[in-house]
Amino acid sequence: MISSITFGQFIPGNSLLHRLDPRTKVICVIATAIAVVSIVKWYEFAILAVFIFLSMILSRIPARIFFRGLFSIWLLLVVTFSLQALLTPGEVLFGLGALKITREGLAAGCQIFLRLALLILIAFLLTLTTSPISLTAGLESILAPLKRAGVPTHELAMMMTIALRFVPTLLTEAEKVIKAQQSRGAGLGSGEVVERVKGLLPLFVPLFAGALRRAEELAVAMEARCYRGGANRTRMNSLVLELPDYVTLGITFAVLAMSVWLRFQNRL
Amino acid sequence: MPEKKTVYGGFPESPAYIKVKGLTYVYNSGGPSEQVALTGVELEIKKGEFLALVGPNGSGKSTLARHFNALLTPTEGKVLVDGMDTRQAEYLWEIRQRVGMVFQNPDNQIVSSLVEEDVAFGAENLGLPPSEVRARVDEALRLTGLSEYRNHAPHLLSGGQKQRLAIAGVLAMRPDCLVLDEPSAMLDPSGRRELMDILTRLNRSGGVTVVLVTHDMEEAAAADKVLIMSGGRPVREGTPAEVFADEQLLRDVGLELPVAAKIAHRLRRRGFLVPDGILTVKDMVSYLCR
Amino acid sequence: MPVIRVENLTHIYSRGTPFEVTSLDNVSLEIQRGGFYALVGATGSGKSTLVQHFNGILAPTTGKVWVCGIDVANKRLRRELWRKVGLVFQQPEHQLFEETVFDDVAFGPRNLGLSAKEVRERVFDALRLVGLDPDEVEQTSPFRLSGGMRRKAAIAGVLALHPEVLALDEPAAGLDPLSRRQLMERIDHFRMDRGITVVLVTHNMEEVARWADRVAVLHKGRLAMEAAPREIFNKAEELRAMGLDVPATVELMLCLQARGVPVRTSVLTTDEAVEEIAGLLNRT
Repeated sequence: MISSITFGQFIPGNSLLHRLDPRTKVICVIATAIAVVSIVKWYEFAILAVFIFLSMILSRIPARIFFRGLFSIWLLLVVTFSLQALLTPGEVLFGLGALKITREGLAAGCQIFLRLALLILIAFLLTLTTSPISLTAGLESILAPLKRAGVPTHELAMMMTIALRFVPTLLTEAEKVIKAQQSRGAGLGSGEVVERVKGLLPLFVPLFAGALRRAEELAVAMEARCYRGGANRTRMNSLVLELPDYVTLGITFAVLAMSVWLRFQNRL
Repeated sequence: MPEKKTVYGGFPESPAYIKVKGLTYVYNSGGPSEQVALTGVELEIKKGEFLALVGPNGSGKSTLARHFNALLTPTEGKVLVDGMDTRQAEYLWEIRQRVGMVFQNPDNQIVSSLVEEDVAFGAENLGLPPSEVRARVDEALRLTGLSEYRNHAPHLLSGGQKQRLAIAGVLAMRPDCLVLDEPSAMLDPSGRRELMDILTRLNRSGGVTVVLVTHDMEEAAAADKVLIMSGGRPVREGTPAEVFADEQLLRDVGLELPVAAKIAHRLRRRGFLVPDGILTVKDMVSYLCR
Repeated sequence: MPVIRVENLTHIYSRGTPFEVTSLDNVSLEIQRGGFYALVGATGSGKSTLVQHFNGILAPTTGKVWVCGIDVANKRLRRELWRKVGLVFQQPEHQLFEETVFDDVAFGPRNLGLSAKEVRERVFDALRLVGLDPDEVEQTSPFRLSGGMRRKAAIAGVLALHPEVLALDEPAAGLDPLSRRQLMERIDHFRMDRGITVVLVTHNMEEVARWADRVAVLHKGRLAMEAAPREIFNKAEELRAMGLDVPATVELMLCLQARGVPVRTSVLTTDEAVEEIAGLLNRT
């Protein structure tokens, strides 16, 4: 039953990371990501990796969940590593006819592999410890200044909230529609491409029609509850930065500053 | 919330909370698919009353209900909510705060993926300070018996619980009146019972005016007053006992009596002197055991 | 030979994952050909899961199911069961997708591989069976019909398969009382007229009392009771404990009996209740 799986991989918990303000986490993720793409040397990677692994421990989420996620994109990692290793010119270490692996290639390959892996771990740190609602609230708050530039931040956040809310409902409905059409002999998954696309109509038309119907009913229900957009609206759970947030932000920016400084040092 | 005296039939001397005068409503007026949904409806709903709006599908009962919170405005005639004319834009949000509405599909009223957040939605829309919103959310959850589910995901609740959640979301706005459009149509028997319990409790002890649109006559029997609609017109108005006395009318209109009332009628036709006013199983048992 | 036989059926969803759910637990029952069988249970009792084993949508985790003589363990044959067992899901009007009512009702017959002429005959026949005028609606878009008519069109889509067994999950949910009665009457008429077996999944006890000749009660995935309606409704306390109820007529008799009034409690229809009370009043 698909609907029992919560979208976004969020795993509820009470760790330090779980209790941080979502804005802190979003900002730190961006900052750390910038650090990861800035660094070059091995020891720099080591320092950042330690920082990230410490954060993973603080999240109290088992390491295997992080690595299972990494594992699921093994193909991407392998492909990027290989491309770097094979296509970077330089001192050839070994080769097989036209395929040559250079020293520089290996170094570049390892570098990009590590960068990708660390970036993904950082992203997981965010999504595993932050509920979708929390995340939406955090993003809305961060993007709030853009309102003055005419960006409909509240509406975007509302759209995200509602989309997240309806994902499990729509998945259940999709299951039901598929079963109903199969009960009338719909193949749904066999034959040539054109046939198969046409065969998806019995699934997509009801789903779209259903989604539109839901949207209309929901809009009416929201209006009946005095919804008129973001103006003059308050939030029950307001986001407040506390000491742990400031400390985390401080440490993260220190790491970022150090990485950027090291990058400049290397340039000189 | 004010205390209500339990006088059978509601407050006779109560002021009218909702007044409907000469209401006519036409869908797509002037266009090719023009459809007259309501014709010349006159109605007064008193404060604290429990009114059942009954009729078969297409009778206009839902259309009428949507005029009470200005979701629809009259093509002709007028609707006044506590003195405010629903056609006047400046009263719109005030009216919608005072008259809350719960709809038929439990799923399509839920906005958030967290119960307490969804309950807060309406109160947040009113611009209330966060502490006030939280207090109201706690109160609404308590009134609907959902306090222990406050951190749950709504899509995992049962149909009956989802409808209670919808009611909680409206209660957080502290409305005077609750309008429900066939709220139990998609619920199983226990869900229906939960719902009716809450409605009668809110009405009797909470003093909330309740308008229940339904085609289930067992539910209508719990109301103070019943209005039968057919073909866009009101056909009969009165207490449940008065309205159910006319079995032929109900049958003509396409409705069915509650079972106890049906049995009472058949017995009467056989010559037994069964009194009027037997609507529920309890009534019948009381009569037979006197 | 029963048209459906279920033996020690267990069905587990998401087996081996942390979301594992045992939806059916060791259920055994038989459904006789041509009868009107009711499957009742509260939400979550497993009744929808059970009925989806009858048309091949689901397969047992353990246990055996035979439908029309076919063992559903045979994957190839199970895939073809939809031709013999028609299943109408809850709120079937949400599955309409074609541009015209004709095409939507024709979906099933076309998948059966019938000729255009036969398809046309079946569509018209099915539309008439549900009370829709074929000439009027065949070229209309299903999305332009009223809710009630859309439901009828969706049911027609399943009837057009000419199934041997017709399973319906809450077909009358949300309909007003008159439409409800009309629909159930049509279904029963269809059953007797064409000799098919009807399996009704419902929690409306009035309907069970009125139409079913045999009832299976499911509770948390297990078969709690299986008997004729009269016997089932004798166990009001047990039914209530399972989140179900008894028809109002039975409830009336039980209340009277509880007050010491000597009445039979095994009444089903309003007429029987009237008879019983008339008898009581005559005696006093």
